[in-house]
Amino acid sequence: MIYATCPETSIIEHRCLVRPDLSGVVESVAPNGKYKINDVIVTIIDDNNKKHELTLCQKWPIRHPRPINDRLYANIPLITGQRVIDALFPIAKGGTAAIPGGFGTGKTMTQHQLAKWCDADIIVYVGCGERGNEMSQVLEEFSSLIDPKSNRPMTDRTCLIANTSNMPVAAREASIYTGITLAEYYRDMGYHVAIMADSTSRWAEALREISGRLEEMPAEEGFPAYLPSRLSEFYERAGLVESLCGKQGSVTIIGAVSPQGSDFSEPVTQNTKRFTRCFWALDKSLAYARHYPAINWLDSYSEYAGDLEKWYCDNVGEDFMKCRERFSALLQEEASLMEIVKLIGSDVLPDDQKLIIEITKAIRVGFLQQNAFHKDDTYVPLSKQLKMMRATLHLYDVAAYAVAQGVPLSKITDSGLFDKIIRIKYDVPNDKEELLDSYTKEIDDVINTFTVS
Amino acid sequence: MIFEYIGVKEINGSLIVLDDVDCPSYEEIVEIRLDNGSVRHGRIVTIEGGRAVIQVFEGTRGISLNNTRTRLKGRPMELDLSPEIQGRIFSGVGTPIDGLGRIYPEKRMNVNGTPINPVSRVYPQNYICTGISSIDTLITLIRGQKLPIFSGSGMKHNELAAQIVRQAKIANDEDAKFCIVFAAMGVKNDVADYFRRSFEESGVLGRVTMFLNLANDPIIERILTPRCALTAAEYLAFEHDMHVLVIMTDMTSYAEACREFSSSKGEIPGRKGYPGYLYSDLASLYERAGMIKGHKGSVTQIPILTMPNDDITHPVPDLTGYITEGQIVLDRALDGSGIYPPVSILPSLSRLMKDGIGEGFTRADHAALSNQLFASYAKVQDARSLASVIGEEELSESDKKLLEFGKKFENMFIRQSENEARSMEQSLTLGWELLSELPREELDRVDNETLEKFYHAPESK
Repeated sequence: MIYATCPETSIIEHRCLVRPDLSGVVESVAPNGKYKINDVIVTIIDDNNKKHELTLCQKWPIRHPRPINDRLYANIPLITGQRVIDALFPIAKGGTAAIPGGFGTGKTMTQHQLAKWCDADIIVYVGCGERGNEMSQVLEEFSSLIDPKSNRPMTDRTCLIANTSNMPVAAREASIYTGITLAEYYRDMGYHVAIMADSTSRWAEALREISGRLEEMPAEEGFPAYLPSRLSEFYERAGLVESLCGKQGSVTIIGAVSPQGSDFSEPVTQNTKRFTRCFWALDKSLAYARHYPAINWLDSYSEYAGDLEKWYCDNVGEDFMKCRERFSALLQEEASLMEIVKLIGSDVLPDDQKLIIEITKAIRVGFLQQNAFHKDDTYVPLSKQLKMMRATLHLYDVAAYAVAQGVPLSKITDSGLFDKIIRIKYDVPNDKEELLDSYTKEIDDVINTFTVS
Repeated sequence: MIFEYIGVKEINGSLIVLDDVDCPSYEEIVEIRLDNGSVRHGRIVTIEGGRAVIQVFEGTRGISLNNTRTRLKGRPMELDLSPEIQGRIFSGVGTPIDGLGRIYPEKRMNVNGTPINPVSRVYPQNYICTGISSIDTLITLIRGQKLPIFSGSGMKHNELAAQIVRQAKIANDEDAKFCIVFAAMGVKNDVADYFRRSFEESGVLGRVTMFLNLANDPIIERILTPRCALTAAEYLAFEHDMHVLVIMTDMTSYAEACREFSSSKGEIPGRKGYPGYLYSDLASLYERAGMIKGHKGSVTQIPILTMPNDDITHPVPDLTGYITEGQIVLDRALDGSGIYPPVSILPSLSRLMKDGIGEGFTRADHAALSNQLFASYAKVQDARSLASVIGEEELSESDKKLLEFGKKFENMFIRQSENEARSMEQSLTLGWELLSELPREELDRVDNETLEKFYHAPESK
């Protein structure tokens, strides 16, 4: 039950909730006005005739999940504005995702991008055993960045929990739980909350360190045997729920994993994989080529795609999911073609296979790669993503037809159409999506001149 | 009241154990007087009830179970500090070893330091110009950053570090006070000597504070060496407003000392026998870099570590990479082909550069240029691996151009002599010159406007 509300920041209304384990008859209520956080607002007499005082704050043990009314079917996507995530590996509100990657692959950058642009109401950012300068960067950047939806600084919807790597280990172990409890608290008020944990490996290492000091019997790589159960307890606290006061809210967990030696077979990554439904694997070779976000499209997966299909059909476009499937099919095909190219070079391939290599290059560079420092490219709305996919696939279809008619591929590549597709992200501003409509016609016109001649 | 405990319960490696100690405190310093009158120092590393385990800095050789007198000093390890420490040489535990007498301390500070609250940190944004093209353009060093050099035995990391010290200039701030703290952990005598000589030749010796723990010095001192050095650095930076560059070599020896010490304490080992807390331990050193609100000074760290067997996934480089803000990786193939500095561009990274370059810091086109150089050089590697299979002759025209670009990039951009300092402007212009060798369509990381301004195709020249 909500018994009081007060403005927390200009966009968040703090709704004070009666503790879930408390029920009884209201004895007195304070009138509307200004109160300090510890002032008594409501008094309640419970069944045992015991009096309870409610103030504007609440205490909750962090290791206990807060109770809910009902879990709901998670079928609304968390829109992030990051093309590779929204289009290829979407996540639902109330879902769980893991971002594993060695150092320098951009885990923190991806987390920051998500924290900045995803459409949750509240972001809880847990800096768990990470760099101090990174936390000060978040503080500085988020207070200067303006959220396009509310026109307020990002800090107004962000809650930071800082445990830098040189702070005590016991606090690191607790920081994850502090974060998730805060998230659940706001969820119960009816908000959609996304929690970014950067990084859960540091938390697992803190478990290991404490367990080692307690002289417990170690399991794999010195991690305690209860690591999987702790991880699952944490990730299971995510979900789209109906809270006790009847409101709908969600907690989405996005956990970064830092595998030792970039080896995804180590225990933390493997166990995290078991309990999350999205896996955004970051790839070293992509990061070395400065292809960010370095999410590998072959190793990553999302189990939410099926659940979200209906939402995408109803809200973005009927063909969104179809485009998505064709994109992943093309990328798969490229991967197998590349095996051949690596051995004998691309010159020997027939034109229709070369076309696949050309078009997937356009997909990789023009669509999957996204520039976080470009003002338009840092966040791309779903409708533009769809139009970009349509334009790319249209080029592929028309070119494939032309190639089948005997037009040499080199003619099409020299026409600059592929470069034009690659540059859509810079050439078409987010607020002028209609420019994209002319692309289809231009592609048709150019290709037609080839087929006619 | 000060107690003196006579006799020792147990001796194990570098550790001694005392029983029935009255109120010991963690990290407390103890003085151990041997039978023959010599004095050693140690610190308490484990307490279980009245039982205290003491780590002896100078080693336990010659200590007997009887007649050893131990005195608890009642305070943690502290370092004597004054502005005069510049130009002096200390041992790993902070005692002067240059024969110039003791320091008259203006202040004593706990060597363990305290974590900086992230809220009071200043986000580092001003770059340090090192005069080395590859570092300045692609892996820009920022004041307050920790940027390690990942090297291997036999490569030119010492020369590179010495060159950075010689040439480092703080951009946009001419009268800033600049000084160097040098910590050597388990390095060979020759290496320490090389640094001393090169500091002397470049005339910076008077601004260098050296902490030396050579390869044959006790390993327990090695664990304290970086802590002493960072305490001195913090003192100079935050009490005397100086910009301090801390060079720590070699972190691998430090981690090995930790391992040796941990196994003698009987702890459960983690990967490759290194203690499970190695990450936290390394972090407690690296995180001491940075800037604090209200203070003018800064601590910038360049730790050097040698990757055993050139393996970047070895626990020491791996954990270091997770803590530090990027890394400069040296490459044996480049080193072998005589290119100095042998900076391996692709795995190297500076995490802070994105906010310290561009308009107002270096030049507006810097970010686009470095992105494009990284991307093009990555393509060069693909073309090379293809060429090694099908031969250079069979490559497509664009791949051949890439190969040529790769060669020029390595020979003109990465390669420079040990005494050559290139300004930021020179390095950036050189970068564009090289990119202009490539066809314009290849440059897909740069927007048209920037290309218009900086891309000059060879024909148009």
